Amino acid sequence: MHRALTVIHALGLMLVVFSAAYVIPVTTSLIYGDRTMLLDFLLAMAWTFAAGVLMWLLTRRHKGELSIRHGYLLVVAMWMAMPAFATIPLLMMLPGLSFTDAYFETMSGLSTTGATVLTGLDTLPPAINVWRHELQWLGGLGIIVLAVAVLPLLGIGGRQLFKAEMPGPMKSAGLTPRIADTARNLWVVYVAITLVCIGALKWAGMGWLDAVCHGFSAMGLGGFSTHDDSVGYFNSPLIEFVLIVFMLFAVINFATHFLAWHGKTLGIYWHDTEAKAAIGLILVSCFGIAVFLWWNGTYPEFLTALRHASFNVVSIGASSGFASVDYGKWPIFAPMWMLFVGCIAASSGSTGGGIKMIRTLVLVKQAGREFLKLLHPSVVNPMKIGGQVIPNSIVFAVLGFIFLYFMTIATLTFVLLISGMDFISAFSAVVACVNNFGPGLGAVGPASNYQGLNDFQTWICTFAMLVGRLEIFTVLILFTPHFWRR
Amino acid sequence: MKILILGAGQVGSTVAESLVSEANDITVVDSDGDKLRVLQDRLDLRTLTGNAAHPSTLEQAGIADTDILLAVTQSDEVNLVACKLAASLYNTPTRIARIRSADYLARSEVFNADNFCVDFSICPEQILTEYITKLIEFPEALQVLEFADGKASLVAVRAFEGGPLVGKPLSFLRTHMPQVETRVAAIFRKDRSLIPKGDTVVEDGDEIFFIAATGNIRSVLSEMRRMDKPAKRVMIVGGGNIGRRLAKALERDYQVKLIEHNKKSCEKLAGELANTLVLYGDGTDEKLMQQEHVGDVDVFCALTNDDENNIMSSLLAKQGGARKVIALINRSAYVGLVQGGKIDIALSPAYVTIGSLLAYVRQGDVAVVHSLRRGAAEALELVAHGDRQSSRVVGRRIDEIDLPEGATIGAVVRGDQVIMGHRDVSIEAEDHVIVFVINKAMVRKIEKLFQVSIGFF
Repeated sequence: MHRALTVIHALGLMLVVFSAAYVIPVTTSLIYGDRTMLLDFLLAMAWTFAAGVLMWLLTRRHKGELSIRHGYLLVVAMWMAMPAFATIPLLMMLPGLSFTDAYFETMSGLSTTGATVLTGLDTLPPAINVWRHELQWLGGLGIIVLAVAVLPLLGIGGRQLFKAEMPGPMKSAGLTPRIADTARNLWVVYVAITLVCIGALKWAGMGWLDAVCHGFSAMGLGGFSTHDDSVGYFNSPLIEFVLIVFMLFAVINFATHFLAWHGKTLGIYWHDTEAKAAIGLILVSCFGIAVFLWWNGTYPEFLTALRHASFNVVSIGASSGFASVDYGKWPIFAPMWMLFVGCIAASSGSTGGGIKMIRTLVLVKQAGREFLKLLHPSVVNPMKIGGQVIPNSIVFAVLGFIFLYFMTIATLTFVLLISGMDFISAFSAVVACVNNFGPGLGAVGPASNYQGLNDFQTWICTFAMLVGRLEIFTVLILFTPHFWRR
Repeated sequence: MKILILGAGQVGSTVAESLVSEANDITVVDSDGDKLRVLQDRLDLRTLTGNAAHPSTLEQAGIADTDILLAVTQSDEVNLVACKLAASLYNTPTRIARIRSADYLARSEVFNADNFCVDFSICPEQILTEYITKLIEFPEALQVLEFADGKASLVAVRAFEGGPLVGKPLSFLRTHMPQVETRVAAIFRKDRSLIPKGDTVVEDGDEIFFIAATGNIRSVLSEMRRMDKPAKRVMIVGGGNIGRRLAKALERDYQVKLIEHNKKSCEKLAGELANTLVLYGDGTDEKLMQQEHVGDVDVFCALTNDDENNIMSSLLAKQGGARKVIALINRSAYVGLVQGGKIDIALSPAYVTIGSLLAYVRQGDVAVVHSLRRGAAEALELVAHGDRQSSRVVGRRIDEIDLPEGATIGAVVRGDQVIMGHRDVSIEAEDHVIVFVINKAMVRKIEKLFQVSIGFF
């Protein structure tokens, strides 16, 4: 029991860190002179801060080193507590909003999913919109990674937390000797690219508020927008192009960005097999779908087809979730292929969701290995990606992950089917939530949103987002009997 | 000359053996006293047991008045340290180190005077790898040795029925392919050497050494025997230092299969090699060979460090239908036994690699030395210096030079030009002269001939 108190102690400290996130919406409401919002956000900040301090103080006698299993517990607990505290301003601002929907919204934000239950986004106060987008940005690289970065003296197994939150089978924890430095460097790169992105969006024609919000959600590969029509509202090829570029940036491992920045060389990108595969798959898909849409007459002009295909394929493929048109109306091949790409394309260590390209590569190579083994029974062919040998233990871990991934999708789809949803909506909702890209098809397609779901269905989707963001193992491990055994 | 050899392994002892007969004072240092005893029983030299990287050992071995230090221990690091110490503490004039690791070789500044003070570094495995690569490039040849940075080559080939030259005198070469310049340097018939003359008739089974510009090798080879298709599939047994390097050198241009019997090494090799099929198994396992279609293999190389295994697996491969088999054989007695039988080429690593060491030790400006026929014969590339006054070769026609019987000037490389060693060619200063010597005893005379004497007349 007292170990659980150790977790609560650390959790309290992290909530204190998290409460600092309210600074941005507070500033926004100051800029816009919105007194009610200012008060709401200050109150929410105070609540979060107070709760954190209280938890920290009450358990201060249990301060101690966290074991591996408590690292998992802490990460999951933090990922459940953050959305809960983040709902405070939403609930205060929108009295009609249920806690279920508010929690869905903040979880969707933090997990960078980008699915929304809100309509009338255009009329929301700027501070609320900034808050939603900031959540996406924080969740993108990971709030716990941030905590590890700013709290090197946290005294809690930083490396363990880092691993539990950072996506991908092989963690980029080895960039620098100290994990706190690694985390800090990743965040510095992240902040720098985000600032450039915001500047570029402003230059492309957005207002400051829109630029900041879309910069946040593009870099976090979230997909929230300040408009009900998402990016389609701007109807600007230039804005779409800028977003495409930065989404492609965000789909690459931030460790690679760091190395490129640190070494002042672009050659690093060429050596990142995962990035090459991810970008390659997305670009080929863009072109292929553009040809497909043009060929079957959805868009009579090829350039129009290319524009819409590019933006939406990159958006869904990178697990972002912006939409510029209602691609749900495209012939079913196109959106299904986009969902498929979205499941596999993002790199490990990026802000995207899904299986991750590195795991896809491992699976493809594993299939090749099996073929070679059949032809040459004595062959020794270790898994190699980009010239680097991947140990078999990782291959097995990937196989285990894939199994759990598909089982999660299947199980949750069945649960939604039981609850009465139609197949396409249920399946696409689960896929969109587990892979953190947001809009699905059918009832949850790009033209509508998750508002139509009942409370039960909303909670299922919320759970799917959490499981997907923390890459399944971290969450499901809490449900194994071994975890709770001493 | 006083020579200090560190390391009495394969390389060290072969060097010692070949230098001891050239009237040098040799001291050999090794940490293994048994190896030294064996060496001292056979050869007239001094030995010392100790760590070759310790100054005290070096001092005892007489490094203070040593002319040449040969650091050829198994360990790159010991060799580097020994060279550094020799340079810094004892001012040894010439320091040669054996360096295996590609990591050091990739950074040549490691060897310069500011760092480890290595005058020349040699890597026997690399030399052997290049040697075998040449043999795979020309599967008909028994030996392909390069001179003058690869501009000219000396090639050994066994004449076979079907080659246009077989059964005809050597002068036929000139009329048959007037556009290709070549010169036959020596012919060995049933292990006895013939001095090649224009009327010498080439017989089936003769081992012929000829010199040609490297680009012409294939057309000259086709005179001696029927040509096969170029090699495509290579099978290597043994993934040690040599097998690994060879696979790496070949894997881009050939289909390479590598058999290794140690599972751990297999995994390491498979990680390192990109296009080679690494197979876990025994090189003498005929089932594995059949399973991997040894019959379709163009060149089979047995390169483990076990002579008997290499011989056996080569024999199995040949029986299984491999076109050309090469076996690495360390014990020189075995080389004579199997060469020319079912095994096409028996490679003696010591003799392949020793030439590169000898070139540094020899007097006169010797650029390249290749040891031939297990050390009995030698091919040298010497650089002519001086003028008609100070040198006994420069400014003279080849037939005016006082060469000992059994030595022939095969070719002269002048700049980028390869000139065949016909009697009317005159040697100029800075020419690289390739001399073929059928008996090693004459090497000293040749070296003397090329030395520049001050006040010769």
